Amino acid sequence: MDFKLTEEQQMLQDTAARLVRDVYTFEKRLEFSASDAGFSTEFWQQLGELGLTAIPFAEELGGFGGGGVETMLIMEQLGRGICLEPYMESVVLAGGLIGQLGNEQQKEELLGAIASGELQASVALEEPSSHYNLYDVQTTARQSGSEWLLSGRKGVVIGGHTAGKILVSARTAGDVRDQQGISLFIIDPNAEGVSRRVYATVDGRKGCELFLDNAKGELLGTAGDAYDAIRYQSGRAIAALCGEAVGAMRTACDLTLEYLKTRKQFGVPIGKFQVLQHRMVDMISELERGTSMAILAACLADDKDSEERSAKLSAAKFIVNRAARYVAEQCIQLHGGIAMTWEYNGAHYAKRLVMISHQFGDDDHHLEAYSNQLVVA
Amino acid sequence: MEIHYTAEQIAFRDEVRAFLKQELPADISRKVKLGKHLTKADHERWQQILSRKGWYAPGWPVEHGGTDWGPVEKHIFDEETSAAGAPRTIPFGVAMVAPVIIKFGTEAQKQQYLPRILSGEDWWCQGYSEPGAGSDLASLKTRAVRDGDHYVVNGQKTWTTLGQHANMIFCLVRTDPEAQQQRGISFLLIDMATPGITVRPIITLDGDHEVNEVFFDDVRVPVENLVGEENKGWTCAKYLLTHERTGLAGIGASKAALSHLKKIAAKQEKGGKSLLEDTLFRAQIAEVEMSLMAAEVSTLRIVAAASEGGVPGAESSILKVQGTEIRQAITHLMRKALGPYALPFLPEELELDYDGEFLVDDYAAAPASTYFNMRKLSIFGGSNEIQKNIVSKMILEL
Ligand SMILES: Cc1cc2nc3c(=O)[nH]c(=O)nc-3n(C[C@H](O)[C@H](O)[C@H](O)COP(=O)(O)OP(=O)(O)OC[C@H]3O[C@@H](n4cnc5c(N)ncnc54)[C@H](O)[C@@H]3O)c2cc1C
Repeated sequence: MDFKLTEEQQMLQDTAARLVRDVYTFEKRLEFSASDAGFSTEFWQQLGELGLTAIPFAEELGGFGGGGVETMLIMEQLGRGICLEPYMESVVLAGGLIGQLGNEQQKEELLGAIASGELQASVALEEPSSHYNLYDVQTTARQSGSEWLLSGRKGVVIGGHTAGKILVSARTAGDVRDQQGISLFIIDPNAEGVSRRVYATVDGRKGCELFLDNAKGELLGTAGDAYDAIRYQSGRAIAALCGEAVGAMRTACDLTLEYLKTRKQFGVPIGKFQVLQHRMVDMISELERGTSMAILAACLADDKDSEERSAKLSAAKFIVNRAARYVAEQCIQLHGGIAMTWEYNGAHYAKRLVMISHQFGDDDHHLEAYSNQLVVA
Repeated sequence: MEIHYTAEQIAFRDEVRAFLKQELPADISRKVKLGKHLTKADHERWQQILSRKGWYAPGWPVEHGGTDWGPVEKHIFDEETSAAGAPRTIPFGVAMVAPVIIKFGTEAQKQQYLPRILSGEDWWCQGYSEPGAGSDLASLKTRAVRDGDHYVVNGQKTWTTLGQHANMIFCLVRTDPEAQQQRGISFLLIDMATPGITVRPIITLDGDHEVNEVFFDDVRVPVENLVGEENKGWTCAKYLLTHERTGLAGIGASKAALSHLKKIAAKQEKGGKSLLEDTLFRAQIAEVEMSLMAAEVSTLRIVAAASEGGVPGAESSILKVQGTEIRQAITHLMRKALGPYALPFLPEELELDYDGEFLVDDYAAAPASTYFNMRKLSIFGGSNEIQKNIVSKMILEL
């Protein structure tokens, strides 16, 4: 056991921290958010130039062979700046799925480009009634000659509006909620039969709804067998989100603590009021709890698939979701009116923190998942 | 002890229900229930309807156009209007400045302002808070200096709710900077059209324009706009605050929100069933419903005590805390019910004349925004921390 970072990990953390600090000022973030892309394409390029998009990939693909801890370190820094780039979606999730399921040609063609940041990919797993159950797939794919044609609707595809490629889960066999019979396809979002409704998200990002009408898809892996990979890779996405949440919670706590020291009411800094001191301690205590679970998740993210890994990743997301909501709500509460405004950074941290629970499972989802696997003996 | 309404009270409730069924415009109640944006015109239309019936100002004495309702009737009225999806009454005129004018104002002020509030000619806003004076309201700095027949006002107010619609603002201003904090404050009525007033929007975290900053630069206000005595404005403010707090538990609004939550849960799917059939989610609805039940009985106890002439004390602060927490818990569940679809930010779908396709359904654009917006409930009207300070001072004797 060892919770220390290696020298290389330390350097990685510093690099990411410096980049985020230099680029992601509050004003810049609002600008990026309001742009067509909804994030900074320049920052995305810089992530690529500094090798940060290459971290989790194997060395022969131009990567660094990093694991869950390295991903956490980057995500945490992206969380500190509440950065808008679809790093998790493209690098962690799309990259992971292609790495796990792709054939040599697909890997060669796509992973190098994702690792360099040249290709921004996205992943479409949710549907209007899936509610975080990624095996609840109604979108279908049927074979026509040598081609697969996809029809249906995928929902809330973060980064899907700018993606060069989107990975889409679709049913090739079985019933709506069977885990068997789900396949993954690579689609070109500009292809015939694909349309998108693009929207902003509450946390300042952009995403889209994906409507497929006999859209051509390229099969990733073998037909009908994608669910295990989806489950495994969404575990990695969960670990990444936990890392991001920790970063965002830390900044939200910093902002709040600073405010307690500077805001004066009744002739004293409001931090002199004991009730607020205790509340601040509770926030930090939630942050600590969340940090521990993010570390646990990071250390298990790239482990061999097992029920234990899945259960612990659910535990991590559950604890982090709850911690993130607590920190978000108290950050607003302790600031008073000021954190209710668009002009105040803390409000945007709060929004991202709450929205993290709407990606890859809220607390109910993971509470259920964990209790279903509860070890009782 | 008897928990049920009397026959007369039930008859009154039925009368209110019948009125609402007949008179509440369907487009307005639809907006309210779906959490969509209400326009100034929507509010005014509903106010006219209530005014015509003589029900716009239930809390006023009859001679000024109020009703003879007791606290129980007022409670029933609040409850029924919320449940029917009537817009909440914007309190600043009818429920805030009016009671102060009625209690402390001159005859001329009553003549001038009360009818205009009833008719909807005046839209009031509340100019209390300042950037440096929130919870510590008595530290306010906006200055009013006497100059002949006028006060000259300089300073800044903030968080002024719906100030963009208002033509009148009631302000706490400092008239004696030497006196101890609460002593040198006066209560002034100011016409928003007076030269020197600038209103600037504050956009809230949900992207909405509901609050404003109001700047005063050598604004000349006639001395007859002073309510009560000079330097005694704090008495008016305190009187008003107790008026404000009793309504803040928002039981009626929470009940309406809870029933909306159930509708959403019935439509949102998880694992092939609706969320209403999902044990875990259903249990959370049940939990908040039981808390609401307790808060409602507490409200009724206060209401009943008030009809015997009792003055609500610590209980109303306790209820403010409980009521706002319940409302926030409901908005949390609504947001949660949407699953991943809480993420899309679709302000255009909040307009009633939106004629595009709904991403999910007509109820789905509001919950996440409402959840963030409702964080305000535990901040304004005396923050929940301040309420607990009040309660501990009043009853703990520590
Ligand atoms: C949406 C919205 C609408 C509003 N509308 C109006 C309006 O129309 N007119 C108007 O005049 N005002 C309005 N307000 C202002 C509102 O009344 C203030 O926000 C409120 O009084 C809190 O003040 P503050 O925001 O400055 O926070 P602060 O007073 O700075 O409080 C910051 C934190 O410190 C805590 N705190 C402060 N003092 C103590 C203490 N002694 N003990 C323990 N904790 C303490 C508070 O509870 C809070 O958590 C509105 C506010 C909002 C958010």
